[in-house]
Amino acid sequence: MTELSVPVLTVIIFLPIIAAVLILLLPRSQKDLVRGIALTTALACFFLGLVVYTTYNGEVASLAQEQAQILSQDTNTDATQAFEATLAFEDQVEWLPQLGISYHVAVDGLNAPMVLLTGMVFVAGVLVSWKVEDRTREFFAFFLLLVAGVYGVFVAMDLFVLFFFYELAIFPMYLLIATYGWVKLREYAAMKLTLYILIGSVIALIGAIAMVLTASNYFQSPEGAVVFQEAISSGLLPANSQPFSFSIPQLTLAAENGAFNVINYAGIDGLTFAKLWFPAIFIGFAVLAGLFPFHNWSPDGHVAAPTAVSMIHAGVLMKLGAYAALRAGVQLLPGGAEVHLPWIVILATVNVIYGAFIAFRQRDFKYVIGFSSVSHMGLVSLGWATMNLTGFTGAGLQMFSHGVMTALFFGCVGMVYDRAHTRDIPSLGGFVKVMPWVAFAFILASLASMGMPGFSGFIAELPIFMGLFEASPVVTLQVANTTLSNYYSIIAIIAILGVVITAAYVLRVTGQVFFGEFNREKYPDVGDITARERFVLIFLGSPLIILGVMPAIMAPMLQVGVAPVLAMLGGGT
Amino acid sequence: MQEFDLMASLPSIAPIIGLSILMVVVLTLDVFLPESQRRSLAFVTALGMLATAGLSFFLWAPTAATEGLYWGGMIRYDMLALIFQVIVLIGGALTAMQALDVPYLARRGEFFVVLIVATLGGVVLAGAADLIMIFLGLETLTIPLYIVATFKRDDAKSAEAGMKYFLYGAFASGILLYGFSLLYGFTGQTNIYLIAEYLQSPQFAANLIPMLFVIVLILVGFGFKISAAPFHFWTPDVYEGSPTPVTAFLSVASKAASFALLLRFGLAVFPPTLFLDGQQVSAYWTNIAAVLAVATMTVGNLLALAQKNIKRLLAYSSIAQAGYVLIGVAALASPVAQQEAVTSVIFYLAMYTFTNMLAFGIVILFANATGSENIADMAGMSRRSPWLALGMTIALLSLAGVPPAAGFFGKFFLFNAAVQADLTWLALLGVLWSIVALYYYLVVIKVMYVDHGQNEDQPIAVQRPTVWALSLTAVAIILLGTFAVQAIYQLAAQGAASLFGAG
Repeated sequence: MTELSVPVLTVIIFLPIIAAVLILLLPRSQKDLVRGIALTTALACFFLGLVVYTTYNGEVASLAQEQAQILSQDTNTDATQAFEATLAFEDQVEWLPQLGISYHVAVDGLNAPMVLLTGMVFVAGVLVSWKVEDRTREFFAFFLLLVAGVYGVFVAMDLFVLFFFYELAIFPMYLLIATYGWVKLREYAAMKLTLYILIGSVIALIGAIAMVLTASNYFQSPEGAVVFQEAISSGLLPANSQPFSFSIPQLTLAAENGAFNVINYAGIDGLTFAKLWFPAIFIGFAVLAGLFPFHNWSPDGHVAAPTAVSMIHAGVLMKLGAYAALRAGVQLLPGGAEVHLPWIVILATVNVIYGAFIAFRQRDFKYVIGFSSVSHMGLVSLGWATMNLTGFTGAGLQMFSHGVMTALFFGCVGMVYDRAHTRDIPSLGGFVKVMPWVAFAFILASLASMGMPGFSGFIAELPIFMGLFEASPVVTLQVANTTLSNYYSIIAIIAILGVVITAAYVLRVTGQVFFGEFNREKYPDVGDITARERFVLIFLGSPLIILGVMPAIMAPMLQVGVAPVLAMLGGGT
Repeated sequence: MQEFDLMASLPSIAPIIGLSILMVVVLTLDVFLPESQRRSLAFVTALGMLATAGLSFFLWAPTAATEGLYWGGMIRYDMLALIFQVIVLIGGALTAMQALDVPYLARRGEFFVVLIVATLGGVVLAGAADLIMIFLGLETLTIPLYIVATFKRDDAKSAEAGMKYFLYGAFASGILLYGFSLLYGFTGQTNIYLIAEYLQSPQFAANLIPMLFVIVLILVGFGFKISAAPFHFWTPDVYEGSPTPVTAFLSVASKAASFALLLRFGLAVFPPTLFLDGQQVSAYWTNIAAVLAVATMTVGNLLALAQKNIKRLLAYSSIAQAGYVLIGVAALASPVAQQEAVTSVIFYLAMYTFTNMLAFGIVILFANATGSENIADMAGMSRRSPWLALGMTIALLSLAGVPPAAGFFGKFFLFNAAVQADLTWLALLGVLWSIVALYYYLVVIKVMYVDHGQNEDQPIAVQRPTVWALSLTAVAIILLGTFAVQAIYQLAAQGAASLFGAG
């Protein structure tokens, strides 16, 4: 793997933090300078992310080969080796060696697209917030901190660092929504969102501590010590590793060797650590991905937030939940995933269908998009639940595709709302005549959203459904004494209905808002958007088509990213 | 007992000597300085305390060779004592700086003298290794605080605070003393290490019940001092009524010294190796600590939800914080997690000192400017004084345990120790209560950032020394939560290690 001479990921994380501090130190009146610094930072982070992505993408073919070769050996460390082999741009500094915590960041095939996505939404978010006049300094400073936290979670290769950045991101988000959001709802929504997400994450944090402790006990047991020593001597773990460590590769090694599958955990018959803690960790993070019935914060949060925060939130933060659920849940506790994902899949299906139905019923433009995010994130959870390559790849693509798409949606809604000052769908109409660019972008996003071939949504959703069918003969669910099998195909059929409902509601909204008669008397001041906003629409709209036409720029990378997780699921027991 | 060597013994009481000199200096200056220059007493006090802390830490820190019992077994000289002494001294110095902003305290020499005496008590307590010394330290710490709690003489609330604190405090001291006297009666010793030795001896092994009686009495006494539920009733009224710098000192320095003592006393006299009547004695007191932790977190967090006054909110929050620290104390039950537990308690109290000092420092400025201590009156703070709002936010986030503030690591260490001690349920309870806590902290932040106030165009005036004190405290909180965490953790671990090398 080619490495750059600068620790590029660290720069990506800390650049926004430094910029935020700098912005806070500026005088209050220097609003344009503040905006300039924010935009420069966003562009710099985006380009660095792009460099990371393209560099990594250039190596994917050779990585895939290397990985296949490692996995074919079928040793007790092959999944961990395959995982470590895909890590690039690594940067590791000891932070708290006594507790096995180190600042360790890297990208693999799974999070490199997320870094790119964050950069895109970052740039778009700064541009759509250009007109924030009330405490501009604070707005951009908090926004930059939020983005720094998001970057940190995506690239963290240490479980503690992951939690650190996860919680770091929550607070600026609270303030942004509560201070700059929609007056009617912002305090309630911001508080609800913050508490929901933090409850999930702190329970997962206790789970993570317990996991590290269990792994440490394993590495100190006679059989585990052998594995540990071999891993150190073969270079799989750094020479100064210790058994008690939050390092994700090391925990992966423990998981692969069955450290979390020791039966009679906590003295209960047949219980393993993985079985007990998987729901806490997976669902703890999936709260942020809007998993039913913990999705309640999400529509309110999205509607209440200012446009840029909605974009970051639905576009990136919900992916953060899904990503962390896979990384800390499925990858580290595969034994639990095999037991619990077969019922979590039902929750995800409810997400898809229920979210879409509720979206259909909304009169508020922004709520439609809010609930559509719940529905679409359900597809990501469905993808994780397939536990096979097709489904995982689809879910990864869906994360990127939905991130860009929903950011574009929220951007469009924000541009309409800024000028019409209402989001009530029946009272809008004919906006294509005054805002053709927005109408075009919205239709583009709608097409992607309903999974039209040629757009990224199709490329993402099709593999998820295929994955469900593929998984159907394999996955079984034990409820009391009955064994449920082959029900994944039914789930797939139900979930596909969600796509139909999606088509119905996006078309309805498009028709009512953008077409029909435009009422000039009601909206005397509504005019076309500025060049800055056009750029946002083009910037976010183009990936939907590019990815739809050329999925090969992302799919192989994701496959490299998920292969180790799959190897854990297959051979981790 | 080793031979007496004065020069070798002096470093163990270096902070005590330093404070005594400082007290005389301040008292003298108070007499000779004209009224107009008496404000500089605060600087003298703060710098003197910091200098004492710095000198003891950098010049006379104990090493493996020098640590041990000194002054006829009265004082134990080790890293744990030193760390807590430094914490108490920093707390005292910041309190002195805060007094600068309080009009009726800033020019009163006697306030600073009494503050120094209280600090001295805390310093003695952190190193005390003898029942007599413990009681002496405790009273030297609390009696001056009874006085300064009533310093706002013409205010009924302040008088009530002093009276309440005195009654409860005297009561608690009485109970504690009763426990001590029983202990002395059973063993014939006053040195805690000698007591421990005697308790371990075979001739005492049958006496479980009397020892449990002692444990309960002593824990009740400590419970009052650290305001653990159900012994917390004095806290909100005293915190609300006392002059705010005194409240800050009470919530921080006094609490830290008491916890230092609890750790040392508990582990020295009732270590996990002590079995009476075939039962492990430490299991009893750590279980009581666990129960107290649950009760304290519940009471503190639930009642904090309903508060309208910022000082009362911080009072209940400080009760809740004591509950989290008690989780660390409960984790002492497990031999594998012991060291981790002590380290986490030390770290928590260190970061809590800075955090609460920052919060109270800003409350003082806010109360001076508005004449109110109601949370609702903090509306519009972020427009009025963005930096103060940010500082308060950092303090509240640290109390709530949100990164990058130090509280995140503080809580993480405590919960980590609890999980390692097989008290996962307690850790889960702790995180759930900390989410409840986050709610009421966020409400304050919301009021400052979202709500509109009346005087938004009038920034709150802050004097330059205060700016420095507050900014340094805020930076310390952020550093403790990010880059400096390793160094401080290492120090805390040394302190913990010194506790287990004792005997």
